[in-house]
Amino acid sequence: MTVAVATSLTTEPVFHLIDEHAHPDGASTMLGFWLYLMSDCLIFAILFATYGVLGGNYAAGPAPKDLFDLKLVALNTTMLLMSSITYGFAMLTMEKSQVRATQAWLAITGLFGLAFIGIELTEFAHMIHEGATPQRSAFLSSFFTLVGTHGLHVSFGLVWLVTLMVQVARYGLIEANRRRLMCLSMFWHFLDVVWIGVFTFVYLLGMLR
Amino acid sequence: MFDNPELIKAIFGRLNLEALPLHEPILVGTFAVVATGGIALFAAVTYFRLWGYLWREWFTTVDHKRIGIMYMILGIVMLLRGFADAIMMRLQQAIAFNGSEGYLTAHHYDQVFSAHGVIMIFFVAMPLVTGLMNYVVPLQIGARDVSFPFLNNFSFWMTVGGAILVMMSLFIGEFARTGWLAYPPLSNIGYSPDPGVDYYIWSLQVAGVGTTLSGINLICTIVKLRAPGMTMMKMPVFTWTALCTNVLIVASFPVLTVVLALLSLDRYVGTNFFTNDFGGNPMMYVNLIWIWGHPEVYILILPAFGIFSEVTATFSGKRLFGYTSMVYATVVITILSYLVWLHHFFTMGSGASVNSFFGITTMIISIPTGAKMFNWLFTMYRGRIRFELPMMWTVAFMLTFVIGGMTGVLLAVPPADFVLHNSLFLVAHFHNVIIGGVLFGLFAGISYWFPKAFGFRLDPFWGKLSFWFWVSGFYLAFMPLYVLGLMGVTRRLRVFDDPSLQIWFILAGIGAFLILLGIGAMLVQFAVSIVRREQLRDDTGDPWNARTLEWATSSPPPDYNFAFTPVVYDNDAWWDMKRRGYQRPLTGFKPIHMPSNTGTGIILAGLATAMGFGLIWYIWWLAAVCFIALLAVAIGHTFNYHRDFDIAADEVVRVEDARTQSLAAGAQS
Repeated sequence: MTVAVATSLTTEPVFHLIDEHAHPDGASTMLGFWLYLMSDCLIFAILFATYGVLGGNYAAGPAPKDLFDLKLVALNTTMLLMSSITYGFAMLTMEKSQVRATQAWLAITGLFGLAFIGIELTEFAHMIHEGATPQRSAFLSSFFTLVGTHGLHVSFGLVWLVTLMVQVARYGLIEANRRRLMCLSMFWHFLDVVWIGVFTFVYLLGMLR
Repeated sequence: MFDNPELIKAIFGRLNLEALPLHEPILVGTFAVVATGGIALFAAVTYFRLWGYLWREWFTTVDHKRIGIMYMILGIVMLLRGFADAIMMRLQQAIAFNGSEGYLTAHHYDQVFSAHGVIMIFFVAMPLVTGLMNYVVPLQIGARDVSFPFLNNFSFWMTVGGAILVMMSLFIGEFARTGWLAYPPLSNIGYSPDPGVDYYIWSLQVAGVGTTLSGINLICTIVKLRAPGMTMMKMPVFTWTALCTNVLIVASFPVLTVVLALLSLDRYVGTNFFTNDFGGNPMMYVNLIWIWGHPEVYILILPAFGIFSEVTATFSGKRLFGYTSMVYATVVITILSYLVWLHHFFTMGSGASVNSFFGITTMIISIPTGAKMFNWLFTMYRGRIRFELPMMWTVAFMLTFVIGGMTGVLLAVPPADFVLHNSLFLVAHFHNVIIGGVLFGLFAGISYWFPKAFGFRLDPFWGKLSFWFWVSGFYLAFMPLYVLGLMGVTRRLRVFDDPSLQIWFILAGIGAFLILLGIGAMLVQFAVSIVRREQLRDDTGDPWNARTLEWATSSPPPDYNFAFTPVVYDNDAWWDMKRRGYQRPLTGFKPIHMPSNTGTGIILAGLATAMGFGLIWYIWWLAAVCFIALLAVAIGHTFNYHRDFDIAADEVVRVEDARTQSLAAGAQS
């Protein structure tokens, strides 16, 4: 131990880097975005927990079995899962630097996302029309909030997607745009994962309740 | 046009002239003082033509040091407001005996205690803690800035936006009358139809976005931007506590965001989350808000622990005792802070097993905390202790915090808590740990790092005066509350029947007055130090003979912090460099890549604040316009791809030469 200290003292220590120790642009972005996603995940976790606690309080109002149309939800789920696959294709073509193919896949992803939102809104409108409004019971309050928050996220993702398509069209697949597409990709797949939770715990288990 | 009530309502929502508190003489007086001060400040800035300078150099800055200083200023300004609330309560409780109603109406008093708690936690303690972390952490790890400098600016202005909303509630409308956590059903629309709770919700939502983003930012900074050689176990303890605090922020503030969003849905849309009918459950709110709330108190105290660790090691002239155990204690506290939330409401009636679980986890937290206490003691043991101001605050903390910690363990025993719940004993306990722990820590940190930020020390005379007023005032103000709490007095009372209690409230009031003198002495200390800055100047950059990297650069540090990225071999990196005869490089400077300033942060935060105002007063068009503008500005900002520039090598040479000369001048004198 003492020997080691003595040698390290005699050799000339280097206390600073001569060359500029540059952190490449966006080196922290992926970590930062992951952390953001985890904080977002916590938001969904709390909404799931709230649904878990309040989801059985129908207040003599309609219950899941009276409201959910599993066929429609299955179609909806397909739309979202398809959009995740097409986003994956967009990333693959981005890796090959094919701007037009990337844009095409992004557009298809956006259409699937739009279809998802459209079906969800139809479902909501139908429920509200039947009197199953968010105000009707704690079950419906927590249902609309959980599913609606997911829907809002997807809508926000669509706005983001369009923005990125414009930016790719204008500036090409430059490093910054690739990074942004990567972030949106993580966001999009994250929403898919959350939807799997919604589909399972809200819709499937709701029908068994 | 003004005869049409529908139109007026569409334009102004529920905002009308009655919202101005003209019938409250106290508020009118306060408004006169604040408005005069504000106009004087505005006039002075205009007269000296400082707006351009402030905008270019401060408001739009992405420099973590300047943002840190702005956070500190915000915290200190809000401390004055929060303390004004405190002394009003103390005065009310000291005189409201023998049939006297005191001088505050119930309507006003309830707002005062709610605003006091909200302001002190969210807009005093949080900005001060975030400000210190922002300032110190990048310097301690040898970085040039944080990971996301623009986000840092944005986070700061969101915090300011929240503070502005709280301050607005003083003069436009009213604040919540619900206590600082706004429990439903009281905070729900049926019992609080006025905009008070909406002010509460939107100020915290706006500020909360800023806090979460700043948490993500600092985690990335610490994980990604450490100097070469600085492994995790070579990080300074303050950086470690900052890391854990920011993990807590990211893992708890989203919970607050959700629970406030659900409360707003109940209030605005009429959902039934926390109502008493249609299946709602108010205790759900209490659980959720404490799942955020308990980590929150550790968000505040952990950085204070870090400050004490730096101060103790520096002023004892010794390496910190038990570095590894200090790190593990911090991490263990971080984890345990998520497993104790239910101790805030043992009386909910969740049963013996649940209460026992949370009682035991709560008591377990005292073990790592105790380990820290012994580490500080052993660091001091046989050290050459210099009782400078930061060290005095540290010793006062060690004595005071142990008392507060022990009353905390008392409260952790569920049967005892059934007696003490919501009593003044509880109020005394958390003030004991927050003032004796967080605030004393922040004061230690301010006096410790002030010379780094400004290049001159704080005046020790006024600092010591402030210290003694604060410490004696604290004990006089809060020890009586322990007594009263044990006698069964509950919190938030406005008038009292039992005249034998009055003497304790008078003593507490005198204590609050001493604290007032302490705050006054502190403000004088800042003023005197600025006037006497030439005598107090420090040219070395290392006035305390300290140990960590922030002291290796000049005071104040240049924009780029370090001309060359430092290389670290030891967890007391700067001490190691000094010991091994480190020579400051004088040549070979290169251009340095830095982020550019931007006004987007303040614009976005301004829009968010205006949107909050629109939502509070049901001015829907304002909220909608601001929301669309928010999106547009944010998207527009992403079209700016050139967000950085190079500081030319000439400029670096000029700055470093100036430092060489001032070092030489300092060595001669």
